[in-house]
Amino acid sequence: MARRSSQNWALSLYNEILPGLRRRLAGSETAGRPWTEFVIESSIRVLGFSTIGFVLLIFIFLLREGIPILWEVSPGNLFGTRWYPTFNSFGTLPLILGSAYVTIAAIAIALPLGVSTAVFIREAAPDWAREVLKPLIEVLAGIPSVVLGFFGMHVLAPSVRTALNAPTGLTAFTGAVLLAYMSLPTIISVAEDALDSVPKSYRDAALAMGATKWQTIWRVVVPAARSGIAMAVMLGMGRAIGETMAVMMVTGNAARMPLSLGSLFMPVRTMTATVAAEMGEVASGSAHYHALFGIGIILFILTFIINIVAATAIFKKRRKGGLR
Amino acid sequence: MNRYWTQRIGFAVLTIAAIAVVAPILVVIGIILVEGAKAISWQFIFSMPYEGMKEGGIFPAIVGTLLLTIGTAIAAIPVGVAGTVYLSEYARDTMMTRAIRLAIVNLAGIPSIVYGLFGLGIFVLFMHMGTSILAGVLTLAIMTLPVIMSTSEEALRAVPMEFRTVSASLGGTRWQGIRYIVLPQALPGIITGIILGLLRAAGETAPILFTVAAFYLPRLPRSPFDQVMALPYHLYVISTQVPGMPMSVQYGTALVLLILVLSMNIAATVLRSFFRRRRQW
Repeated sequence: MARRSSQNWALSLYNEILPGLRRRLAGSETAGRPWTEFVIESSIRVLGFSTIGFVLLIFIFLLREGIPILWEVSPGNLFGTRWYPTFNSFGTLPLILGSAYVTIAAIAIALPLGVSTAVFIREAAPDWAREVLKPLIEVLAGIPSVVLGFFGMHVLAPSVRTALNAPTGLTAFTGAVLLAYMSLPTIISVAEDALDSVPKSYRDAALAMGATKWQTIWRVVVPAARSGIAMAVMLGMGRAIGETMAVMMVTGNAARMPLSLGSLFMPVRTMTATVAAEMGEVASGSAHYHALFGIGIILFILTFIINIVAATAIFKKRRKGGLR
Repeated sequence: MNRYWTQRIGFAVLTIAAIAVVAPILVVIGIILVEGAKAISWQFIFSMPYEGMKEGGIFPAIVGTLLLTIGTAIAAIPVGVAGTVYLSEYARDTMMTRAIRLAIVNLAGIPSIVYGLFGLGIFVLFMHMGTSILAGVLTLAIMTLPVIMSTSEEALRAVPMEFRTVSASLGGTRWQGIRYIVLPQALPGIITGIILGLLRAAGETAPILFTVAAFYLPRLPRSPFDQVMALPYHLYVISTQVPGMPMSVQYGTALVLLILVLSMNIAATVLRSFFRRRRQW
């Protein structure tokens, strides 16, 4: 079924977008309807497909501006460990590792906090607490990343510096804390959906067997929701990898290889921060310009994979009757 | 250890986690509110900056952000709402509509800085709009689409099927059913989605970095092809790029941006709960 429709995508495009036109050509069904309605419905159909167009357009333009770096600079240079564009060193490895490092550290903080909060909201919280928590988490999702970055610079980083007695508070750790809070709204809301879709019968059965509420939550409900919780973590990671301003403002932006646990308390530089900090100063068409678009391609593909995997899993689950 | 004690400890841990999530939000808002309030005055909000932005107000940045937000609304609402109507009212469950849904999820997940690169590549350079309001608005609009679409689709789907069948049984066409029955019923939900999308557009910095934002431009824009200052970018500039910036100005700017965004946030929340309570079906 899936194979057939993918082979006939042109036909399905015709069937989906233009049924009005098709029927009009056939001269049936639309007879007597005002032509304005035909115009409106056709444009709605076309606009419905615009999102696909935008995704393609974004990818095409990233490729168009980014691909030339592949023949401008040798592969050894591109995947080297030195990012010094002024000296023609375009090693993306420290940036990729920097992003990965900060993201993993952020998830290590956000996962326990987010899942516990989701469990608390769904299973344990009294109504009034839920009424307070949910809007506050929405507020957190709404705070602009530049404001959080500003707060991180002026309040969080100085406290990290004094706490660690380090030369600077602008470290991977500071960035990870901010990123953790920025990915929490995503993690909490998806994890909540997952917990919500665990059938009530599971809970009833566990309680009827004499389990306490806590045992029911911990041994039955959370394990039953684990794949949904995994999705929550993935989407949170997608959010964290792509975050730009807050990270740029608090991580110190030193393009060095974060290889040890100790790097957590040293400056680090992510892919997003590199693009944001450097794109303003490069000549369009230069190798540096193409390299920054190349980083854009990496970011696009990473988030693309994360979102496609998570979304297909979620859609599939929803169709089977609940995200779990 | 008694299992009821385990339960108590478990619930205590959950409560602490929830507090650990929420308390910092209040701290951030509280600190910015207290520190920022010192800078807020009529002059701060309604006058031009001078002395390298260290003196004067942030009026052009406020106007810039409002213009960008309004422009984004104009560009994104028709496409977003029409696309949603298609998805929820016309589309059947085929390969193509699944592809649309995946595209929406993807657009929502693309990093904001990648939108900035895209806007630079297509609007600023390829279409020769230059660094301009138009380029920024179009970039922000595409970024806003998935938020508007996913929220309004929920609103449209919440309208019971009977409404549509009754409309059809009275001889209404499909479009009449949508136009006069479904859309008005779903309007509050759609508006909530629009506000949530615009809130994101108003607060984002990365997409406007290379497409519209001006470092220092103490005058108001005259055409859609002008650059403008914008609040988020201004906050970034004065807190990282300008040495010796007075803290009160920085906190003041952060507060204005926070108030703008939070008031939209609260409006969306209130609107949603108000209509959810008033709904009769």
